[in-house]
Amino acid sequence: MLGKTAGGLFWMFRYLERSENTARLIDAGFRIALTRPDGADDEWASVLQTAGVADLYRSRHDELDAARVIDFLLRDTSNPSSVMSAIAAARQNARLVRTAITREVWEAVNDTYMILKQALARPVAPRNLPGSLAMIRQQSALVRGALHGTMLRNDVFDFCRIGTYLERADNTARILDVKYYVLLPSISQIGSSLDNVQWETILRSVAGQRAYRWISGGESSPIGIADFLLFDGRMPRSLRFSVGKIATNLSYLEREYDHRHHCHDLVEALSGRLNQTTIEHVFEEGLHEFIVDFLADLGQLGAQIDRDYRFQG
Amino acid sequence: MTKRPTFFDEMTGNTDGARRPYQPYEAWFRSEDLRELRKKSIEAERFFRRTGITFNVYGQDEADERLIPFDIVPRIISGREWARLTKGIEQRVRAINAFLYDIYHRQEILRAGRVPAELISRNEAFLPQMIGMPPPGNVYTHIVGVDLVRTDEDEFYVLEDNARTPSGVSYMLENRETMLQMFPELFSRIKVREVKDYPVQLRRSLAACAPPAANGGCTVAVLTPGIHNSAYFEHAFLADHMGVQLVEGSDLRVIDGRIAMRTTRGYQPIDVLYRRVDDDFLDPLNFNPDSMLGVPGIMDVYRAGGITIANAPGTGIADDKAIYSYMPDIVEFYTGEKAILKNVPTWRCSEPDALAYVLDNLSDLVVKEVHGSGGYGMLVGPAASKKELATFRAKLESKPGNYIAQPTLALSTVPILTQKGLAPRHVDLRPFVLVSPDRINITPGGLTRVALKKGSLVVNSSQGGGTKDTWVLEE
Repeated sequence: MLGKTAGGLFWMFRYLERSENTARLIDAGFRIALTRPDGADDEWASVLQTAGVADLYRSRHDELDAARVIDFLLRDTSNPSSVMSAIAAARQNARLVRTAITREVWEAVNDTYMILKQALARPVAPRNLPGSLAMIRQQSALVRGALHGTMLRNDVFDFCRIGTYLERADNTARILDVKYYVLLPSISQIGSSLDNVQWETILRSVAGQRAYRWISGGESSPIGIADFLLFDGRMPRSLRFSVGKIATNLSYLEREYDHRHHCHDLVEALSGRLNQTTIEHVFEEGLHEFIVDFLADLGQLGAQIDRDYRFQG
Repeated sequence: MTKRPTFFDEMTGNTDGARRPYQPYEAWFRSEDLRELRKKSIEAERFFRRTGITFNVYGQDEADERLIPFDIVPRIISGREWARLTKGIEQRVRAINAFLYDIYHRQEILRAGRVPAELISRNEAFLPQMIGMPPPGNVYTHIVGVDLVRTDEDEFYVLEDNARTPSGVSYMLENRETMLQMFPELFSRIKVREVKDYPVQLRRSLAACAPPAANGGCTVAVLTPGIHNSAYFEHAFLADHMGVQLVEGSDLRVIDGRIAMRTTRGYQPIDVLYRRVDDDFLDPLNFNPDSMLGVPGIMDVYRAGGITIANAPGTGIADDKAIYSYMPDIVEFYTGEKAILKNVPTWRCSEPDALAYVLDNLSDLVVKEVHGSGGYGMLVGPAASKKELATFRAKLESKPGNYIAQPTLALSTVPILTQKGLAPRHVDLRPFVLVSPDRINITPGGLTRVALKKGSLVVNSSQGGGTKDTWVLEE
């Protein structure tokens, strides 16, 4: 496979994952703004921060206005992380790697692009927002389904998965980092109940509210949620799960190419750390510090994969 | 007194019924509901958009990926008609390859005075770098698209030979795919020859021209100028259907005398490069130094036998519009036979007598730029306004050598589906020809381009033309 193609697949799936994550962030922020109008501004600020576009937003707008933030995150093509930008970038990459993906995957991505382009041609009214966000999630599921149902399980597939999980791990870590102050104050009192709405938002933005309820037996605690998102190997958006997937797919590449790269050492070290650390330890050392380190390691891993598989030369 | 229609209609033959090749289709059409068919027509457009069969328009942003309109009424050619056409095409393509070999070697045809020497030496399409270098398998034009027009029951003319990088074959394949999806019952009723083997044949044909440096296997790749090129879809389509890599200049470099592509496992040599990049942009070291699309040094690797470039550089000399008028002589010179396919009579405006005639009859003629393509820089006399005629007259007088002129051909028509039912529109035909050292393969059918505007004779997609599925009947 061409290095450029591997890079195109990797980024195509990063962008697809990003569009879905941004849609979930909007959904969670919108939910909170509905239920407690007075705390809405803080919520939108943290949504922008999680999406990594707080500075960009401030350079464009003076006020933190719900309609503007939503529009910025959903449709603004000058915001590279907006849903529309991410989908357009995913499709552009899909065109680049057209020969590596099946017709079904290409059509699912192309359809998604065309449908969103039409649906997001004008600002979305609040009453239509839940529908639009649901549609974005559905389209993501469609692409994923096409990928799983039609693609050969070879190096092409591996690069798609690595892109997906790198973006996902990055996203979950950011959500936790932005929200850590919510989880933090009550940490000394393990088992204390948490601001309901706040923790619901966290779980909602990773599509984990129901799953957590099942696992926790209905009792929620800060340490429980953090553990769930960091270390629960059953949770498909947790750091351990995502990094585990990256490690597995990289090991498939190692086997298929019969060659071990530096990125294999990096991912092994990272997943080793996640497997050996406990949530109690994380809270002792500081959740924020843990996540900052994690994000740095993840960034380094991404760059190493890019080099090892010659995405750019 | 009303004038009888002078255009040959391929469906009716200008009678009340249908010509024999169209009879089964016409019977089917009459039994169909017009509204349903129009719905199918809209469905087809959606199908094309989903599949991404679009072309980019230069100078416009990515939002403007256009569709080439598709008409659901097929263009039908009988087996007998096709047999005759293929003979003519094969003869012509053989002559083109022989001509290219000769022009880049002994130049017998110039010595014999059949083609003027200055037409070659002063032609930009002639590449001195190709002199004395036989391409692998002696094949110059691995892929040729011969543009044909029909004027009558038995009259076919070659309008133009495309010997550089002819495009449109993906439309031939996707048009058929669309028809099969929309009207499966038609294909069980009427036996139409298949086109779907084209990509396999193309790969085989390219692999048959492996360079000396290839050992055993043959790695083929398609070179595209990139995602913004107007024909990117086709480049990706062909690479995908052949099962080969689609590369850009930035993926390639010269390593140990070979052209190698950057893969996830390191650099791997390519044996045959099907390039969809013009000669000029192929190699910044040997041609246009500003090109970012090609591979520096590829011409040197090519000349040393490290790679096969398809089509070979320098083939443009054979499809130049100035050379076109000599094609009957060229065919005769190399094959010893009269040309089976007719050439359109052509006035070379570089010749004073011809220029005088052209200026006198401007409103009856089609005038083309010698180096133009895509229907740009062209005058269709009968359809032009007084002002356009005057502008063109001035152009002709200042640079006569830039132009050739041809009579306005009475292009045949094939009906398209309109709001009011069937209506005749002018068409042309581009069959695709694959050349390998031991055989010439012509896919039965080709790309039918149709002028969608009533009365228009310009079928180019860049000028609002559409396409049709082209059927060659089993017989």
